Amino acid sequence: MTTIIEALRQGLAGEMDRDPRVFVMGEDIGIGGSFHLTLGLLDRFGQDRIRDTPVSEAGFVGLAIGAAVAGLRPVCDFQYGDFLLCAADQVIQQATKLRLMSGGQVTVPLVLHAPTGASGRGAQHANSIENIFYGVPGLILGVPSTPYDAKGMMVAAIRHDGPVLICSQKHLYGTKGRAVEASATGDVPEEQYEIPIGKAVVRRPGADVTIASCLLMAHRAMSAAETLAAEGIEAEVVDMRWLAPLDVDTVIDSVRKTGRLVVVEEGPERNGWGGAVAAAVADRAIDALDAPVKRLCGPDTPIPFAPHLEAKLIPSAERIVQTVRQIVGAG
Amino acid sequence: MAMTGASQGPIGLDAPIDIGRLGPKLALELYRGMKLIREFEERVNRLFLQGKIPGTIHLSMGQEACAVGGTAPLRATDRITVTHRGHGQALAKGVTARKLMAELFARETGCCRGFGGSLHVGDWSVGVLPGIGIVGAAIPIAAGMAYAAKQLGEDRVALCFTGDGAMAEGDTHEGFNLATLWHLPVVYVVENNLYSISTRIDRQTLVTSIAAKVEAAYALPAVTVDGNDAGAVYLAVRDAVERARAGGGPALVECLTYRQGGHKRDDPATYRPRDEVELWLSRDPIRRFRRALDAAGLEAEADAAEAAVVAEIDDAVEFAEASPPASGILPPLGGAA
Repeated sequence: MTTIIEALRQGLAGEMDRDPRVFVMGEDIGIGGSFHLTLGLLDRFGQDRIRDTPVSEAGFVGLAIGAAVAGLRPVCDFQYGDFLLCAADQVIQQATKLRLMSGGQVTVPLVLHAPTGASGRGAQHANSIENIFYGVPGLILGVPSTPYDAKGMMVAAIRHDGPVLICSQKHLYGTKGRAVEASATGDVPEEQYEIPIGKAVVRRPGADVTIASCLLMAHRAMSAAETLAAEGIEAEVVDMRWLAPLDVDTVIDSVRKTGRLVVVEEGPERNGWGGAVAAAVADRAIDALDAPVKRLCGPDTPIPFAPHLEAKLIPSAERIVQTVRQIVGAG
Repeated sequence: MAMTGASQGPIGLDAPIDIGRLGPKLALELYRGMKLIREFEERVNRLFLQGKIPGTIHLSMGQEACAVGGTAPLRATDRITVTHRGHGQALAKGVTARKLMAELFARETGCCRGFGGSLHVGDWSVGVLPGIGIVGAAIPIAAGMAYAAKQLGEDRVALCFTGDGAMAEGDTHEGFNLATLWHLPVVYVVENNLYSISTRIDRQTLVTSIAAKVEAAYALPAVTVDGNDAGAVYLAVRDAVERARAGGGPALVECLTYRQGGHKRDDPATYRPRDEVELWLSRDPIRRFRRALDAAGLEAEADAAEAAVVAEIDDAVEFAEASPPASGILPPLGGAA
C-alpha cells in the first residue's frame, strides 16, 4: 500500500529518470522536505537536481521561472502551501503571464507542490491555499485525494508546458507520525501514467444526491455516503481532482441523474470553487434540480489552534450527512 | 578586472568621452544604436500624443548609453530581461524597429503579436524576454535563465536590466542572494537614474551607492560607471560578461544616468530641481558622444548613421500602420492538457 506522498514521489522520480531537464528546488528538500516528497531523492539524483534553497520563496520561484523559460522543467516543493504567498507575484504575475505576454514565444513549464489545509498547526499553516489560487487565470490547479491520482497528476503536471499548482492535504500524507485517513492509501502501478488535466472522477455511484468535493473532503464525502447508504440514501461522490480547469460537466451529468447537489470544500465559501459549480448547475441544469444546491465550506475566519475548535470549523462527515438529509427530505 | 564599487573615486560625468579605447567601428555602432533609440522614442512620443499608439508608454530618453553599452558586449545567443522602460534595451539587443513599433501599435506583426505592448516588449528569437513590468521581479528570473544555461552546459550569459527603483524590493534581495550563492553567469545592469518616479534614491535607502551595497550584502562584485558614456558602460559590462562566461560568477554594473522626461507621458516631473535637470541635460549621452566622434574626425560617418536611423524609423512606422490588428490567437500549449 502506498501513501499519497509516496505516490507523488514516485511520479516525480519517474519523470526525473525520464527527463534530465526536470529538477526540484525547495527548502530542506535534501533531507526529504517538510512532508518527505523528496525523501531519498538527493542520493539518487544529486544536489544539482535536488536543490536545497535558502528560505526565499519569491527568489526560488522566480529563479525557477527563468530556468523554465530557458529550457529546464523545474518543480518547486513548498514546506507549507501558506508560504506560496511569499512568492505570490512570481506565481500570479510572472509564471502565468509570460507565455501570453510574449505572444506564445516562451513557455513556463513549472510545477509547484504545496501541502494545504488545516492540520493542528495554527492559523498561519492552515490555509486552504487552493482556495486562494483558484482565482488565478492561467494556473492549472490539481487537488489529488488518492495515491493513484497523486502519481498520475504529478506526471501530467511535469509534462505540461505551463504552470501547474498541485495541492495535497496534510492529513492524507501518512508521514511524520501523523494519522493517515485509512482511505488515503492505495495501490499504485509502477509505471508512469498521466491523469488527464481537468477531468473529475465519480468515486461512488448513487442515484439520490451528488456530493462534489476534493482532497480531504472527498474522503469525508465517501464516509458520509456509507452512513447515508445505511439509511437508504445513495450518494454519488464526485472527486473534482482538478479545480482549474474545473470539470463541471461531470457534476452536471451526475446532477441530471440525482437531482440534488451538495458541494463540500475545506476552504472558506468566499472564492471557493463550489460557487462556480453551483453557478454552472444553475445555468445548465436547473431543470434537473429537485432541491436547492447546498454548499458546505470552511469558515470565513482564520483557523484557530485548539484542535477541537479547528475540528468544529472544518466540514465533517457528520455535517455532510446532515446536509444531505436536509435536501433529500426536501425532495 | 578590479570591481571596486565601494572604493572607487568620483566618476567624470562631465568629462569628454574617450572613444579612442573603443575604436571607430565600435564607437559608430554605439552611436548608431543610441540614435536609433532616441529617434524611435521621439517618434513614439508624437504618435502617442496623436492617439495612434494605445495604452501607456515609458520613455528612456537620456538613458540610451546604458542600453547600447549594456548589450554590445553580448552574443546573439545571450539572453536579457528588460524593464518597463525597455524599448531601448530591446532595440539594442536586436529586436527590429519594425517589430517593436508594430507591437506598440497592437498589430499582429508586433514582436509579441500584440499580447505584450509597450510594457512587455521582447523577442525571444534574439534573446529578449518580454519586459517584466513588476519592479524587481526580473532579478531572480534572470538568475534562473543563467541557472538553466549552466545546468544545460550552454555558454550563454544572462543579463538583467534593472534600476535604482528596484533596489528596495524583496525579490531583488532574494535574486541577488541566489545569483551569488550559486555562482550563476548573470550580469545586472542597474540604470540608476536617481528617481523611482518621484522619489529620489536618498529617500528610498540610506545606502545610496548600489554597487557598495550589493558588494557588502551579497559579495556581488560591482562597479559604478558613468551611465551617460556608452563606452564606459560597454567596457564595464564587457568585463563582467566575459568573467561570467568564463565561470567567474555574477556581477553588477551600476550606471549613473538620468531620465530626461517624466516617468510616463502624463508626468511633467516637476518634483525634480530645475538646476539638476539642466545639469543632466548638458550630459546628454548622445550629444556628448557626437562631440567625441566629431573630434575624432568621424563627422561624416556619424551623419550617415543618423540619416540611416531616420529612414529605419520611417519604415518601421509605415510597416506598423500597414499591419493587421492583433489576432488574439495564441499557439497551442504542449503537454498533457
